[in-house]
Amino acid sequence: MLVDSPPEQRAETAPAPPTRRAARALGLLLSVLILVLVALASIAIGARALSPDQVWHGLFHDTGTYGDVVVDERIARTLLGLLAGAALGLAGAVLQALTRNPLADPGLLGINAGASAAVVTAITCFGVTSLTGYVWFAFLGAAAVGALVWFLGGSRGATPVRLALAGTAISAALYGYLQAAMILDDAALGRMRFWTVGSLASATDSTILQVLPFLAAGMVLALALARPLNAVAMGDDTARALGANLGRTRALAMLAATVLCGAATAACGPIVFVGLMVPHVVRSFTGPDLRWILPYATVLSPVLLLGADVIGRVVARPSELQVGIVTAIIGGPVFIFLVRRRRTAQL
Amino acid sequence: MKTRSTTRAVRTPGGLSLRLDLRALLVVVLLLAAACAAGVALIGTGDAKIPAADVLRTLAGNGNAYQDFIVNELRLPRVLVGLLVGGSLGLGGALFQSVSRNPLGSPDVLGLSQGSTAGALVVIVLLSGTSTQVTAGALIGGLVTGLAIYLLAWKQGVHGYRLVLVGIGVSAVATAVNGYLLTKADLVDAARAVVWMTGSLGGRDWDQVWPLLALCAVLVPLVLVHARGLRMLEMGDDVANALGVRVQRVRLVLMVSAVLLTAAATAAAGPVSFVALTAPQLARRLTRSPGPNLVPSLCMGAALLVAADWASQRAFGADQLPVGVVTGVLGGVYLLWLLVTERRAGRI
Repeated sequence: MLVDSPPEQRAETAPAPPTRRAARALGLLLSVLILVLVALASIAIGARALSPDQVWHGLFHDTGTYGDVVVDERIARTLLGLLAGAALGLAGAVLQALTRNPLADPGLLGINAGASAAVVTAITCFGVTSLTGYVWFAFLGAAAVGALVWFLGGSRGATPVRLALAGTAISAALYGYLQAAMILDDAALGRMRFWTVGSLASATDSTILQVLPFLAAGMVLALALARPLNAVAMGDDTARALGANLGRTRALAMLAATVLCGAATAACGPIVFVGLMVPHVVRSFTGPDLRWILPYATVLSPVLLLGADVIGRVVARPSELQVGIVTAIIGGPVFIFLVRRRRTAQL
Repeated sequence: MKTRSTTRAVRTPGGLSLRLDLRALLVVVLLLAAACAAGVALIGTGDAKIPAADVLRTLAGNGNAYQDFIVNELRLPRVLVGLLVGGSLGLGGALFQSVSRNPLGSPDVLGLSQGSTAGALVVIVLLSGTSTQVTAGALIGGLVTGLAIYLLAWKQGVHGYRLVLVGIGVSAVATAVNGYLLTKADLVDAARAVVWMTGSLGGRDWDQVWPLLALCAVLVPLVLVHARGLRMLEMGDDVANALGVRVQRVRLVLMVSAVLLTAAATAAAGPVSFVALTAPQLARRLTRSPGPNLVPSLCMGAALLVAADWASQRAFGADQLPVGVVTGVLGGVYLLWLLVTERRAGRI
């Protein structure tokens, strides 16, 4: 009755013909190429215009000139964008497969709410004011809520519906707390309103190093889960009949998603929508096979995130629009267009 | 979900027959009683405390002048707005969840609340408008968003699934606009905006009661007339069509009603979080009957909102924290409690 759309029979049960696989591999290669281009653009373009010479100088002969410093900062920002984008896209794809709900995103399982509540606590109770100080709080909050959702959802016996409901319920409670804190404490409001839109601007080498181990581990785990999650997507009974270990797959998928979203949210604030939208876009040309969806999502999500970040830097010179805002304003209409174009973008 | 049938058929000698779900009826009566009790308690709460007996006497018109002023002029409108807003949100939420066939398909998720918020924030941040103008802005924002979602989701008819996805897209855009406006505001405007965005019943007077009451008086019967069709729609468009339901028309009427109810409620009290999401789910679990559970959801929403307002007044002092904070926490905790107990009972 809840959440699940009726199980769709998949036309594609036979292995894809070689030409099709080649096309997909080629597409993946093309996506990587696009990603490289966007990353280069992200280093070259910004609120301060740099000539290609200066960028080249900053990249390969760093001597500490003004241009070099700008390039250094942009490299950190681009790296964070790459990592966070990949993490959010992967986590979104894993969560949608895990909950068998095409609307699942990090927000649904309470991970954003957990991170936000922890950051507001850090500000009001512990007086933390630096963005690097938020990282551990946000990560702990996300991890704690992820674990709580998992246990309330029924741990090994968790069903998609229960996970989604537990996440919604915990989010409800935590957002109440968050808003109370923002209303009672003006200082918290002053900081939180900037943190909650999500931004890459605060990227530093130390932030990246803080979250890198978690992101790397989460990505490996998530990519390794493609095959078992494929089985889970066919429904519990079929998956069991095929020999999948449902409990273990769910636990690991939840772990991977929590680590990925938690670390990404900790580093750049709750950037919504990347994790929701990219898997939908990817599914529209790869079909339901997670072995293709997950790599594509890993490559294309940073394209969206970095592209949005570059646009945000350009449109509002000399200040900039936060990446979370640009992602949603560009991503929203694209998403609606895709939803309309396809008959239905079923999971 | 296991359902033990509590449905009875009532037959009159004249040949009329009526299906009565006793459990649902009992739930509705109890929820109404709870809503009224919470309302009386809320009227008695505040800087000047009034015992429940005095409140009832004053409501009946036999109080002294002082109590009469406090009860009928200051606090009754607040309670009425609370009841109407809660009921509208509960009903609107039930309609959206039923049409989209997804328990997450509430106005919060579909972007209506965010659209209303965008309208209100434009007035607060860019125009520094009065509270009446904020209400108008929120109403316009909500209606425009509702219309946009419907038109964008239209493609030879509206499909529930596409509606939710389009709603999420619109919601993301509206949320981004809100976040942007909030970062552009100065701190005073931002604080005002956050209070509005949380949803509050503070300072409501009779001017807000009448339009809401009129709207509910028109829309609630209209929705209930179409409830049969909605029940069929839950079985899928094809089955409903085969059973003689005019699918697109019923859906259009119900969607427009739900948008109007939600937009009006949001304009009156701000986007009170999670009432629309949780009320139908809670009502469904209490009645244990399938189908959209429209009337129980309405009563649940009203009871939930007024009880939450009372709780926030009691726990934090008069008008310290807006009601939206409490609905969020209460609704969330109750949903969790349900999850745990239902799991023990082997349901879900």
